[in-house]
Amino acid sequence: MVSVTQEARAEPLPRPTGRLLSGGLPLAWLGVVPFFLYVTLFLLLPALSLIVGAFQTESGSLTLANVNSILQPQFTDAYKTSLELSAVTALSGGILGLLVAYSVVREGAPSWLRAVFTTFSGVAANFAGIPLAFAFIATLGVTGIVTVFLRDRGIDIYSDGFTLYHFTGLAITYTYFQFPLMILIITPSLDGLRREWREAATNLGASTWQFWRMVGLPILLPALLGAMVLLFGNAFAAYATAYALVGGTLNLVPLLIGISMSSDLFANPNLGDALAAGMIVIIAVAMLFYALLMRRAARWRR
Amino acid sequence: MRRFRLSPWNYLWIIVGAAYFLVPLWGTAEFSLETGIGKYGFSNYATILQDPTFKTDFLLSLKIAVETVIISLILMVPTMFWIELKLPRLKPVMDFIAVLPFVVPPITLAVGILHVFNRPILSLLLADEKILALTYVVLALPFTYRSLDAGMRAIDLRTLTEAAQSVGAGWVTILIRVVIPNIRFALLSAIFLTMTLVMGEYTIASLMLFNTFPVYIQYVGATQAQPAAALSMISFGLTWLGMLGILVLGRGVGQRQTVVGGAH
Repeated sequence: MVSVTQEARAEPLPRPTGRLLSGGLPLAWLGVVPFFLYVTLFLLLPALSLIVGAFQTESGSLTLANVNSILQPQFTDAYKTSLELSAVTALSGGILGLLVAYSVVREGAPSWLRAVFTTFSGVAANFAGIPLAFAFIATLGVTGIVTVFLRDRGIDIYSDGFTLYHFTGLAITYTYFQFPLMILIITPSLDGLRREWREAATNLGASTWQFWRMVGLPILLPALLGAMVLLFGNAFAAYATAYALVGGTLNLVPLLIGISMSSDLFANPNLGDALAAGMIVIIAVAMLFYALLMRRAARWRR
Repeated sequence: MRRFRLSPWNYLWIIVGAAYFLVPLWGTAEFSLETGIGKYGFSNYATILQDPTFKTDFLLSLKIAVETVIISLILMVPTMFWIELKLPRLKPVMDFIAVLPFVVPPITLAVGILHVFNRPILSLLLADEKILALTYVVLALPFTYRSLDAGMRAIDLRTLTEAAQSVGAGWVTILIRVVIPNIRFALLSAIFLTMTLVMGEYTIASLMLFNTFPVYIQYVGATQAQPAAALSMISFGLTWLGMLGILVLGRGVGQRQTVVGGAH
């Protein structure tokens, strides 16, 4: 899940320098206690319990056994596949999203087109989970409309080795919510590319290609990479679509965690904790990258 | 008429993008309307609507969605108002907390919450569907926060509060009669987004063993493909409704709202 917001146009309120309304500083803190308690109980403690659980045996004593276990091939393979799937769909969604967004927002494109694509992107980026899996079964499944359309024209994708129910099929399905997300995230940055920069480059004799290579892309790069990091995290965290589409046939971390919860397949329930803690660590690192890239991207937004 | 200057490449990408959006929808729609070879009708939709389980599960999701919205707003609106007014130095902390739910994916959050509550007395909560609402508040937190934050920054909260205080209004009155009416668009857009999120959330609901609407879709899909396609169309319609609501409201305040929730 990723959020996209454009700031409201109004300026932020001036920060108060003194106690404007009334005094009593310690009492003022009481007002935020319920919120912080809630976040502690429903977010911080659960996350912490996973990390602690990862280093505990079932009876509660300290151990590195769980961490050692998830370094076994069965689990490292799951991490590898999950990371690959996230990276591939961050790239496919990122590139397609960028190209579509640029085509839609560039000068010369009608403004209604932009409105239509933004609306659709909002819907498609939110349309996921189980229904999305079924939509793709109806499209690229064995009797899906695209499969049948191609078969009628002599191309049998399934006999050529394609299947919706494995890595490639899942990647194509994830791209359905990834590239609209890219459109939503990258549009403000594309808007920020100033026309004057383009004109200045053209006046100095730059070709379109030279403009993009030497001006446009370097300016956009942090924002582009940042957006792709968000897409990466978005795919990495996804569970429902993968569950409905590939079930047990693809070794993905979220699916393994689901299995560890709903069955006794794992002798050791703390393995699930270790797997989950690993996911949190990976996403935390990704978010850190994102924060750094955004700081970099902000330099051009004045 | 004004000529649009787009290169053939631009047209190509616009067409590819539009096709990616539309073809799966078309496939699902066609599949959901198929009643036999070459025959079409609404019987798959009728099958679903006549299923009493559909009604119970859909209503359960709706109930959880409303509960999530109520808890979210009661928790967030006063807190954010208070911080904006009295404790602005907590703003960076809030910004940080609002990002944290992204770091803890739904599947791990579910496992963590089951951990924390799986002990005497607290485990009673796990049997009631309110635990889902309480968890979804966390999932919705980033979106609720950003929406409300944009709404509160767009108005002069300080002046409004001082004006209200000078005519003798207390904190509750200020919150209900001054703040809420002034951020109503941001509030409504947070509500729409939260509802969309809850109506599509499968991961946590299934792990906590509650039969919500998305869990029902999965259950139907395991045995009946065409009614499941009909359900997917209904689910798509709901997402569409939620997003449209946000966009229409966004136009009302001249600001763009948070438009991505996501329950993958």
